[in-house]
Amino acid sequence: MQIIEHFMSLSLIRTVLLTAFSFCSAARSLSTSVHLQAQAKSKKTLAKPGVKNIVLVDGVRTPFLQSGTTYADLMPHDLARAALQGLLNRTGLPKDAVDYIVYGTVIQEVKTSNVAREAALGAGFSDKTPAHTVTMACISSNQAMTTAVGLIAAGQCDAVVAGGVEFMSDVPIRHSRKMRKTMLSLNKAKTLGARLSLLGSIRLAHLSPELPAVAEFSTAETMGHSADRLAAAFGVSRLEQDEFALRSHTLAKKAQDGGMLSDVISFKVPGRDIVSKDNGIRPATMEQLAKLKPAFIKPHGTVTAANSSFLTDGASAVLIMSEEKALAMGYKPKAYLRDFVYVSQDPKDQLLLGPTYATPKVLEKSGLTLNDIDVFEFHEAFAGQIMANLKAMESDWFAQTYMGRKTKVGAPPMEKFNTWGGSLSLGHPFAATGCRLVTTVAHRLQKEGGQYGLVAACAAGGQGHAMVIEAYPQ
Amino acid sequence: MASVRLLLTRRCCTALKTTTGHGQRSLSVSSAVLALLCLSLSAARTHVSYEVKDNVAVVRINDPTSKVNTLSRHMQAEMVEVMNEIWGNAAVKSAVLISRKPGCFIAGADINMIQACKTAEEVTSLSQEGQKIFDQVEKSPIPIVAAINGSCLGGGLEFAIACQYRIATKSKKTILGTPEVMLGLLPGAGGTQRLPKMVGLPAAFDMMLTGKNIRPDKAKKMGLVHQLVDPLGPGLKSPEERTIEYLEEVAVDFAKGLAGRKVTVEKKKGLVQKIQDFVMGLPPVRKQIYKTVHSKVMKQSKGLYPAPLKIIECIQTGIEKGNAAGYLTESQNFGKLAMTSESRALIGLYHGQVTCKKNHFGKPERDVKKLAVLGAGLMGAGIAQVTIDKGVATILKDTTEEGLARGHQQVYKGLNDKTKKKSLTTFERDGIMSLLSGQLDYRDFENADMVIEAVFEDLSIKHKVVKEVEAVIPPHCIFATNTSALPIKDIAAASKRPEKVIGMHYFSPVDKMQLLEIITTNKTSKDTTASAVAVGLKQGKVIIVVGDGPGFYTTRCLAPMLAEAVRALQEGVGPKKLDSLTTGFGFPVGAATLADEVGIDVAAHVAEDLGKAFGTRFGGGNVEVLKMMVQKGFKGRKSGKGCYVYGAKSKEKKVNSGAEDILKSFKLTAPPAVSADEDIQYRLVSRFVNEAVLCLQEGILPDPVQGDIGAVFGLGFPPCLGGPFRFVDSHGADKLVQKMKRFEEAYGNQFTPCQLLLDHAKDSSKRFHK
Repeated sequence: MQIIEHFMSLSLIRTVLLTAFSFCSAARSLSTSVHLQAQAKSKKTLAKPGVKNIVLVDGVRTPFLQSGTTYADLMPHDLARAALQGLLNRTGLPKDAVDYIVYGTVIQEVKTSNVAREAALGAGFSDKTPAHTVTMACISSNQAMTTAVGLIAAGQCDAVVAGGVEFMSDVPIRHSRKMRKTMLSLNKAKTLGARLSLLGSIRLAHLSPELPAVAEFSTAETMGHSADRLAAAFGVSRLEQDEFALRSHTLAKKAQDGGMLSDVISFKVPGRDIVSKDNGIRPATMEQLAKLKPAFIKPHGTVTAANSSFLTDGASAVLIMSEEKALAMGYKPKAYLRDFVYVSQDPKDQLLLGPTYATPKVLEKSGLTLNDIDVFEFHEAFAGQIMANLKAMESDWFAQTYMGRKTKVGAPPMEKFNTWGGSLSLGHPFAATGCRLVTTVAHRLQKEGGQYGLVAACAAGGQGHAMVIEAYPQ
Repeated sequence: MASVRLLLTRRCCTALKTTTGHGQRSLSVSSAVLALLCLSLSAARTHVSYEVKDNVAVVRINDPTSKVNTLSRHMQAEMVEVMNEIWGNAAVKSAVLISRKPGCFIAGADINMIQACKTAEEVTSLSQEGQKIFDQVEKSPIPIVAAINGSCLGGGLEFAIACQYRIATKSKKTILGTPEVMLGLLPGAGGTQRLPKMVGLPAAFDMMLTGKNIRPDKAKKMGLVHQLVDPLGPGLKSPEERTIEYLEEVAVDFAKGLAGRKVTVEKKKGLVQKIQDFVMGLPPVRKQIYKTVHSKVMKQSKGLYPAPLKIIECIQTGIEKGNAAGYLTESQNFGKLAMTSESRALIGLYHGQVTCKKNHFGKPERDVKKLAVLGAGLMGAGIAQVTIDKGVATILKDTTEEGLARGHQQVYKGLNDKTKKKSLTTFERDGIMSLLSGQLDYRDFENADMVIEAVFEDLSIKHKVVKEVEAVIPPHCIFATNTSALPIKDIAAASKRPEKVIGMHYFSPVDKMQLLEIITTNKTSKDTTASAVAVGLKQGKVIIVVGDGPGFYTTRCLAPMLAEAVRALQEGVGPKKLDSLTTGFGFPVGAATLADEVGIDVAAHVAEDLGKAFGTRFGGGNVEVLKMMVQKGFKGRKSGKGCYVYGAKSKEKKVNSGAEDILKSFKLTAPPAVSADEDIQYRLVSRFVNEAVLCLQEGILPDPVQGDIGAVFGLGFPPCLGGPFRFVDSHGADKLVQKMKRFEEAYGNQFTPCQLLLDHAKDSSKRFHK
């Protein structure tokens, strides 16, 4: 029952606050078995002549916590700082060796709009290291990483730290536009009379606050609502969604217990305990999941609090270098970051289909097929969204009608798909998820002995991203 | 810039937007044969099918002969048969009623079926059959869920509200309403009885008396539907197909819930609703409502439209005297209304409008993908607005930055007003605006497929523009001129390629007025015409295509009527009296107000031009009156003063005393024999009608249908009369000629009936409409 209450409270928060940002990913048969592919493959490398090899040296993240829990009293740059310090500790990187820092965030704390710089200063990086912040909804840290890749590929930097932070325990709630206008005019009012008349113009209605975007700005539709429609469009049942959500929690629990989530660092929260585990992983039973009411489309919808990703606080960071530099500094890189794509489509009816569009595109770019991929890490915004993407990828009709392709790309086999849990269970701090996905692929490739991994995600605005990652020879 | 500017009331502008009816062949067979036919049909039903899923009967309707479903005899027969099978099947615990057509649930009754009836009794019995079927549906032993996607109008809505539960999609195509009043009819299958109980008296009156379309979210708030379903985007099937499937799935779930009593039909009533119900329960309150509604209807319709009054009677009878009396009154009134000339006129306009929404000139060789409009005045900006609104890239060119900025703002405001009404999102508005390119030069004209000029009405300026434009446009580009009176051939005289020149006469405000009058010269090519019609249709216009000549059709009909109006004013009929006489005849806008709206300067211009072209027949009032008014700055609404004074905040319009002084200085003595109120009305109308008939006689007008549509939709000719030609038919050409002869004696050749009208007067079997 506790779990149910937990979900109920989440659903409340979600409806009141925001559900606007997320990503996408995929799954089909819900088998939970994990195959360790022991046999080493000897496929060709994706290195291209004339293009620098760029490597992921390492990646870390703070534990992902449900918003309003242990991190509640922090500020976003505190979390980001924890991730950056964690990366420094993990890699032993000399602080002045970093040429540049790029960080992602979605909901901006107005005081720290360039959160990258504020966090870097506090984390003890050299004040000579420039830092900037990027935003691209739920693929913000993917954007941070690919920005880093671009800087290195262009020969402008050799070592870049990328990451992302999201802090949902506190969000900017503003005065109404009318109130703001009055307050700003008040600054300019010169006489007492002018000020009084401005004050007198304030009405009760002006005092009602403006909550941050609960919806896609262009369509005014909340993301959960769109996900529910998407699931319906692809005929995804409530049962399928609950099963997938349960799979995610079950696998995450197993990974957590088995010590697989080695990217998580311990974080001593000021004034609180040391946190070292994600706290949103809660495997329930199908019966418990079935009891929940739809959270967005009532009463006949299928997306519930339990089969959606929850509001999360967290930060992540990765160290990206040119292979030469990494080797020169004595690092053993974890993976090559290879081709990547960004896609975008209709933000109303195809808001969360990014992975479907991005996957075939990035595979073609790399000269790979779906069968070549050993490890899939897709962002799980909603179970319904994942299932819809899998169905779309499995459909020739969809590929021909909407993607201008001759055939479907095919859906990833479930035994290779998000086998250590995903955003549904681990949590989804919007701008921190991308780095988690990439680091997880690198770790899984190492663990399972695969050669290629694929990251894919959807984002608000109807955008999407995918990246191919190649294991670094062990 | 100029063009006849008309402001019509909503009643006229949108009086006929319904989508009821289609060319369904009606089966006129005796009931015995029908029964036999039904038996043989049962093997192969074509319109209604059903399957039973999990104890839920899913009834699907689809008229294979039409784009829309209508409650034709055939549809009704199959429906009755299917319902009886379902009710006879013990395994069926509930039912879902759904259409297989993506944009239409049921668009209404079959108009042709009603029109085919010869007597009121026949129509009454049609109504009673409908009442009986829906009564059975209402009393169904199993719950029936109406799953609505697309238009649910008239009889379709009456069917839906007889069901126990209603679920509608939030699709833009989903609209609910009772548009019968626009056809001079009433909801004749129980609608007048069920709606008040469902949505309350005030809302029911509003729906049935205005015939307005209700969007799904509003319908839910009103209690007209129980649940809403979101339309779906791309999935494994097309969005349209999958949305219907999804609606069906949801409806089936609700049907099961209703059968299992897990879903209740009754909605919890809020406090406001309870108070309203209590108040409505008081007989004196209801009495007051009937009285208020009645007087409002009388004020707006001047008693010229019988349908709204009959609707009030039906509702009142049902509530005050009970169901049996209510249903009886409904069916009888339905029969009576179907036989009225008003209903015939409105249905005629409906059919005419359907005809005028088709391109009779074939598919143009190429689509207009880029349009350029010259002149960013009221007309030019209006044309640009309705063009970009339909996704066509448009250049709006003016000669001054101020003019351009004003035009640009007009377009923006037009679209922004739609976002306020929620028919557009701000993103859609911005996307549409991005198609507009405001500019002062001829940049990019080399890519234009059509240029519409809306510059000042002066032949030399128009010639200059033709030459300038032809120097920059590609060879295939069409040059259209939006003039309200200058003959197109005179404008085309300056063109190197007259086959590409055509007239496109829009009416102001362009985004509200439905009519587009297209004028072809004998040199205009057929493809040019086809292309102009295609553009007009894309802009959402009702189109008439007429021959060239001074004033074409519409302006030419209006001019003599305005000349007569000026004469009446000179004879001492005050502007207010003149207005009440014209609106009392059914014109939505009075003649004096109309002159102010058109612009006194425009009226003077047109009167002078056409006076020169047609001579004394266009005389009557003294043009000098108008000229003097213009001189004094009384140009009508746009200058703040015309016949009336504008700008004051009070609603009561004040007569402009300056204009009265001018009229006094031009005073004429009214001949008492032709100056009774009715005489003045007929003087105005007969000159309009005679000129219209003359246009047909001279071949300016291709047929009476377009003449009626042009007069009603462009000039506000009384819709209840159906247009000048239908008016001659229903009034009697001989009676009209008699009146005109009497006027002719007093005033001369302005009232000489034209030959075609005389022909019709002589032979009463001659009619413009069959």
